[in-house]
Amino acid sequence: MACFLVPATEAVVTTIATKIIEKKENVKTSVSEEHTEVPEVKIPLSKKMKWLNGMLWGGSLLLAYEHLWHGEVVPYFPFLSAASNAEDAAEMLHEMSTVGVTMAVLVTCIWGGVVAVANVIASRKHKEAENQGE
Amino acid sequence: MTLLISALAAVICTVIWYKNLPANEMRFDILCFMFWGATIMWFVDAIFEYAELGAEYFTPAAEDMLNDMFLGLSVVVFALIVWVVILIIKDPKGVVKAALLKKKA
Repeated sequence: MACFLVPATEAVVTTIATKIIEKKENVKTSVSEEHTEVPEVKIPLSKKMKWLNGMLWGGSLLLAYEHLWHGEVVPYFPFLSAASNAEDAAEMLHEMSTVGVTMAVLVTCIWGGVVAVANVIASRKHKEAENQGE
Repeated sequence: MTLLISALAAVICTVIWYKNLPANEMRFDILCFMFWGATIMWFVDAIFEYAELGAEYFTPAAEDMLNDMFLGLSVVVFALIVWVVILIIKDPKGVVKAALLKKKA
């Protein structure tokens, strides 16, 4: 009914968080560029956050299209057909709290797995670079 | 059917993205994120539907299947339109900017 709103809300929060992290990283990079001798192979957190943002925004957008197709999202107020009466609204909230939350959690868990794999690959590259330098 | 079409699109886009690495000038990663995100979300939807319907979930009516297939294909087209718009706005190759700023000889 409106399950896509939960991952979309998470996407808003993670996008804001990404912008803040990006700003902090830019400050750190400009300071460390003056002191670091050997560049470290590390994926910035902001880049990893962008992967999560991409999945959350992209998935929510395509699901919103599906809801529009089924007439669950309408182009006039209150924009959700289920929000027009109390019974449907209760069902919609139940769906959001079950299906919607599970969607957001699963996307975040899979992103966590991708980040873990990316970290392993990056650390391997770093070790290889260190071994070649010796 | 929508889940299957979305998953298929996600796999195809991931293969194309991988083949184009490390350049990634066409920003296939945008399509990958969109399709994988939607696939995960529809997968959750399918699990909840399966929990409700049981084995009946796997034997949909022909009309429903056709409607779902039509929806799946239109979702793919919609995602491609979004990707093209982002590609033109971000213009990673700089060709749109170059073409717009090009002076007539």
